[in-house]
Amino acid sequence: MTGEERGPDVGLGDWTPESLDVPGEVRVVVSAPNPVLSQAADEVDPTAKETVQLAADLIATMRVSPGCVGLAAPQVGVGARVFAVDVTGHPKAVTVHGTFVLCNARVVEATRWKPGREGCMSVPDLTGDVKRASRLVVEGDLPGSGAPVRLVTDGFEARALQHEIDHCAGLLFLDRVAGAHAVYQRKVYL
Amino acid sequence: MNELAITVIGRDRPGIVADVAEVLAGLGANLTDSTMTRLRGHFAMTLICTGPAAAEVEAALAPLAAEGQLLATVRAVTPDGDVPPVGEPYVMAVHGSDRMGIVAAMTRVLVDAGGNVTDLSTRLTGALYVVLAEVELPAGVADTLVDRLHRTAAELGVEVTLRPADPDLL
Repeated sequence: MTGEERGPDVGLGDWTPESLDVPGEVRVVVSAPNPVLSQAADEVDPTAKETVQLAADLIATMRVSPGCVGLAAPQVGVGARVFAVDVTGHPKAVTVHGTFVLCNARVVEATRWKPGREGCMSVPDLTGDVKRASRLVVEGDLPGSGAPVRLVTDGFEARALQHEIDHCAGLLFLDRVAGAHAVYQRKVYL
Repeated sequence: MNELAITVIGRDRPGIVADVAEVLAGLGANLTDSTMTRLRGHFAMTLICTGPAAAEVEAALAPLAAEGQLLATVRAVTPDGDVPPVGEPYVMAVHGSDRMGIVAAMTRVLVDAGGNVTDLSTRLTGALYVVLAEVELPAGVADTLVDRLHRTAAELGVEVTLRPADPDLL
């Protein structure tokens, strides 16, 4: 199936972090085995003031974290289905939607599964081989307006979205590794 | 705190992991890093544990060894902490017809380039021999190393690939 057959992006439009209209504060990133990382997060009201603040905080925290291309609310200790993604400039990224935050996001189509090695800010000492869809359609809501969004993406941005949606479901990459010998000590730190 | 290096190997059967882990838990030995796998019908365990004295663990594992054709060794080791990485992580894959000396020759090339093998497994199935190695390489040596690996592989009549194993931080 081609991207055209899946239909185009709907709703992200000209959304930028500035449209949240609140300054983000850098929050502390929690590490496993913090229980918040293992609980399915709650759906949010994307128009609520605290959701808008959370969205701004996720972007601020993502931007001060070297190499970070995505951050979910459970990683800052908040059990809410909200995450930020920005894969701009990453060498493996093909389709890039810039910086965005999605609320209540869900995968609606996932195809072309490919393995890749993932690390996570919340599991700082380990990496693991995880199979992810390289073609992905995700639907969610924009923080602030609450407008519905449908993103069609691929490659590295698709991997990042699946990793963050997993965080919102209480899953770490450790829950998805390819086998008993697919977890490794992390050797390079940014 | 005592740190122990334990190896257990024996003919594979259901329950080896549960039996050995139960003995260790019963002694208050905390199983930290371990790797366990089946190798040509033998189940092999390499464990690092903290807790009781080596002699106590050896005595507790002895009945298992006597009953189940398991060979267990226990020795005290000094906790050295994590070894700092040599460089960047790569995966070397080698496959081809089985013959003597493939692991020796290929890992020697890695070591001569300043590399450090951190994980390695081999599988022989029929005539096909497969080596998979995780290796840390000093920055900048990979390109010239690939040439040397290919030359050595050609002498051995096997194929080799070397690819970065750098994880994406998400």
